[in-house]
Formats: sequence, C-alpha cells, structure tokens
Amino acid sequence: MSAEKITTQKVNFKVFRFNADEDYLPYYENYTMDITSEEVVLDVLNRIKWDHDGSFSYRRSCRHGICGACAIKVNGRSTLACKESMATMIEYFGNDITLEPLSTKRAVKDMIIDKADFWDKHASVTPYLVADIDECPSCENLVSPHDAEELNEADLCIQCGACHYACPVVEVNSDFFGPAAFVAAYRFESDVRDSDGERLINVNEEKQGVWDCAKCYECAEVCPKDINPIEKITKLHQMAFKKGVAKNNVATRHAVGFLHSIKRNGVLDEGGLVLYSEGLHIVKHIPVALAMFRKGKIVPPWGITKSDKLDEIQKLIKSSSTVKF
Amino acid sequence: MKKLKYALFTGCTAKQSTPEQMMSTMAVARKLGIEMIELTEASCCGASHLQDYDDFLSLVLNARNIAYAEKHGLTMVTICNTCQLNTAMTKHRLDKNAELKAKVNEKLAEIGLEYKGTSNVIHFLYAIIDDFGLDKIKEMVVKPLSQFNIAPFYGCHNIRPSELHDESHKQKENPYNPTSLDDLIIACGGKNVDYEEKNKCCGFHVELQAPHTAAVLTGTAIAGATDNNADMMVTPCPLCHLKLDTQTKSASEAIGREVSLPVLHMQQMVGLALGCTPAELGLKHHVTEVNFI
Repeated sequence: MSAEKITTQKVNFKVFRFNADEDYLPYYENYTMDITSEEVVLDVLNRIKWDHDGSFSYRRSCRHGICGACAIKVNGRSTLACKESMATMIEYFGNDITLEPLSTKRAVKDMIIDKADFWDKHASVTPYLVADIDECPSCENLVSPHDAEELNEADLCIQCGACHYACPVVEVNSDFFGPAAFVAAYRFESDVRDSDGERLINVNEEKQGVWDCAKCYECAEVCPKDINPIEKITKLHQMAFKKGVAKNNVATRHAVGFLHSIKRNGVLDEGGLVLYSEGLHIVKHIPVALAMFRKGKIVPPWGITKSDKLDEIQKLIKSSSTVKF
Repeated sequence: MKKLKYALFTGCTAKQSTPEQMMSTMAVARKLGIEMIELTEASCCGASHLQDYDDFLSLVLNARNIAYAEKHGLTMVTICNTCQLNTAMTKHRLDKNAELKAKVNEKLAEIGLEYKGTSNVIHFLYAIIDDFGLDKIKEMVVKPLSQFNIAPFYGCHNIRPSELHDESHKQKENPYNPTSLDDLIIACGGKNVDYEEKNKCCGFHVELQAPHTAAVLTGTAIAGATDNNADMMVTPCPLCHLKLDTQTKSASEAIGREVSLPVLHMQQMVGLALGCTPAELGLKHHVTEVNFI
C-alpha cells in the first residue's frame, strides 16, 4: 500500500451525451465532483451514473484492464477508463476534463460506440492460428521461449480500440485496417506454428495495409497494454521484404529507394527518391516541383553534397545489409 | 555560462529542399553564440523508411553517425524531428541491448569506429530551451513578434513516443498538451495560438503512397490554425514544413476549402525576434510567401 496521503480536488467534467434513438445532435453535460487521488477514470463514469444520472451509459466489465470494454477519450486522448488514474489525467490536462466516446461520430449512446468497423477489420486479417494440426496429437506442440519472444507481446492486445480510434489514418481512409488489426496480424505472422500464406500479403496491400501508416506514433502513445503497435507495423513491413511478398509498388520502392540513395550519396537524393518511387507517375509532382524550383528548393543530382567518407558508408551497406529486394 | 558547442546532424532536407532551415539554424547559432561542428561524414538517418526495409542496416548507419559525434565528445543536435526519432531510437535500442550493440560495433569496427553511447541526441528546439534557456532568449529579443498570432505545429517525432522524448531531453513534454514551442513563441514576444491540431500528424510520410490521406492531414492542420486566428504557423520539423508550405493546393482540394498560411521554421522565428534579416533566414525560399515581414 502506498503511504502517500489521499488528496482531494475539485474537477469540472464536460461529458458527451447522445442517444441515437432520441437525439439529432450530441450535447455536453457538466458535472463538478471532488476527485480523490486514488480514483481511476472508470470511478468517475460510475459516479456520474450512480450519483447524477442513471441513464448515463458506458461499457464496463472486468475493471482490471483485461476485457478492453471501457476505453473512452479523455481530453481527446484514448484511455482505458479502468486503468487510467485521475491523478495522471489532472496532471496532463488540469482540472477541466472532457469525457467523450472513443469516436464521437460512431456514438450510439453516450460513451458507447458502434465498433463494427474495428471488428470487421480485425476479422479480415485472419486473427487466428492457421496450421495443420493433428487432431489426436501424441505429444504437445512445443514453442521454445526464444520463438515465443518473437511475438513481442502482441498477444497482450485486449482489442479495446484505443489505438484504432486514435489513428489519424483510420479517420481519413475507411479501408485502412488500423493499428490493432495489424497487431493481431503480427501476433499470428510471428507465431512459428502458423502457416497462413495470405495474411502477410493481405496486410501489405495498398490502401488497406501497413504502407498507409503515417508513422505518427499515436498508437504507441495510447496503448494501455504498452504493446507498441507501430513497432509491429514496422515488423510487418520488414517481414514482407524478408519473405518475398513485398510487391513492387510506390510504397515499397520508396523504402528501398532510401538504400539506393544512401549507397550513392550517403545522404538522400530527394528528387531521385521520388523518381525511383513514382516512375512515370512523377509527372503529377511537376507543378509542386516547379514551384519549389522557383524558390531554390530543388537541388539537381549533380549538385548534391555527398557525405564525407562515403566509402565507409558503402562498406557498411555491403557488410551489414540483411535484405534483398 | 560556458559557450555551448554541439555536433550538428543537419539531415538531408536542410541541404536540399529546405535551404532556409540550414541558413536560419546557423544564423540563430551565431546570434546565441553556439558553436556548431557539422557532421559532414553523416549519412541519411533512413527517415523511418529504410527502417521498414532493413532494420539492422539502419541501426548500423545511425550508430555510425552518433559515433562521429562521440569522437568530437559532443552532444548531437538534430534539426529535423524524423532525424531525431531515428537517431535517438537507435541510441535507445543500443544502450538497452548489449548484444545488439556488440553486433553493430562488430560492423563499425570494419571502418575503425565504435559506438559507445556517450553522446546524447537532442533536437535544436530543446537545446535552446534546456541548455540555452528561454529567459536568456527573452532578454536577447530585439524585435518582438508581438503583432502576430503564431500557431505552433510540433510534429509527431519530437513528442512521440514520449518515453523516447523524455529520455533524450531535460524538458519533459506532454504529447497531448506539449508546451515547449508555445513557450518559445511567447519568449519571442509572439502570441501562441492554441488549436486541436498542434500535436497532430502532417501526413508527410505517406505523401507518395497515400496522397489523399496526407493531403487531408495537412489541410486539417492549416485549417485548425487558421480558424483560431493564426497569422502564421511555426514548426521545428523541416518535413512538416515541406507539407505545410509547399502542398497547400492538394491540401485545399482534399478538404474542400482554400487553406494557406505562412509557415516559419522554429529557427526563423527565433532569428526574426533576435534581429536577423529576412535574407539571413532564407525567407525567400518559402513557397507560401512570408509577405508580412
């Protein structure tokens, strides 16, 4: 038990309210409460329902960070309500706290959202083990501790949706699988027992797959289980190259193009990279390139200042490369 | 105060598509009396894309860059958020994993180098805040930006993952409510604009493979700053700058609304307040013209 004294402070809550059956538009209800340093966000949700308005609705179940039901947004930050202490939220945001569902546009009633898009995407990455397993095995199917480590804790995901609804790409591109689905895909792709041949190809397809990740690290920041989804997304990129399923498209050429550029110059040849990635499609960049050229923002290939000691870089590329495309 | 001296990792854009960033970095360093030793041997950091292709190679190349800063016995200063992420991430991984560090050093030995882990890696924004000090900047301001509402645009890779940020810098940053750039704006005499997109993504890294997504993110950010009465935006990241400054046409089309704001590099804003001339700061290199200076 902590020996620290329990403290109390007044907090103003602005709470998203909406009932899809009755309301055209959502509105916000204000509540002011004394919050102790021991309370978690879920305690606040409970107190709103129990002390202020019995019709207030939210999902909850285990209260132990296992079921993933109670994720909401606190001041725009995806949060697992049963795990997040109010003290931390006050430290982050001060005494004016806004409680909203994970996605306001998907709200059904108050904090409850329609999570169908999340589950549809989760289901479409084959989130289960695909293996030819003897129905009556004579011994256990052993996985060594070393092989189990390859999962990198992806199996800890509780499908709370915190990362999915924090991802800016999910909001813009409805085809994008999103970080949680990629974690599920990685969890089984990295399992030595799995033999599915389609999953990795599927999560590497343009528009829906890992290549549309904007690398903003929002998912890593919000995950209540510290799974670091973008690390798994990066590993899925790498796996695609290692297992030879990476297609020759603008996204993969963009990644490989860095190697070519570094090999040649040490530094990046920005124009060369775009040309290598886009091929003939480079014409669509001409208007912006011209505007940049007029402002002295384009350096021709022959004008690039190469890295000093380029031979060292080239030597390292030769000796340390682990992938071929 | 002892004179500050850093090993400068310029990154690639400062030497190509954002020459004004290089100019303003050096102009501000001169004004502040900071000595910069440019790491001319450094390679590209891989920008998170080489990392998608060959993780080990990207570690080796970034470790080499840091090793050169170590040879000078200096802290490495980056001027690009993505360089900061990839370099600091390399340091984090090698310092935490002796086996990986040994493997990387085996390769570096081929060229007579060793990564020791003795040099810290920090972004110039935090070098100014942590090492130089905002109070001293305030004292040195000769041309306060008091007539301007300035919208800070932090850029993902300086504030997330927050653990990496906090490990590298003295000034901790709340990724949901960052304050450093706001504080710098105020120190320069400007009025900081609060808006929802200040800590959001500009879309730069999916510019080629997902142009619509990238354009929507850029447009939304500029629109957010505009709707909160910003006269201009300011960013510590040249990649964010490229998106916000050069891609306003596609951004406007994507969000169905004309958006365009002048965008300053963090260094240009500080330089203006300290009395550098627009020419010294390369203001003529912006696509969205900085026409009010």
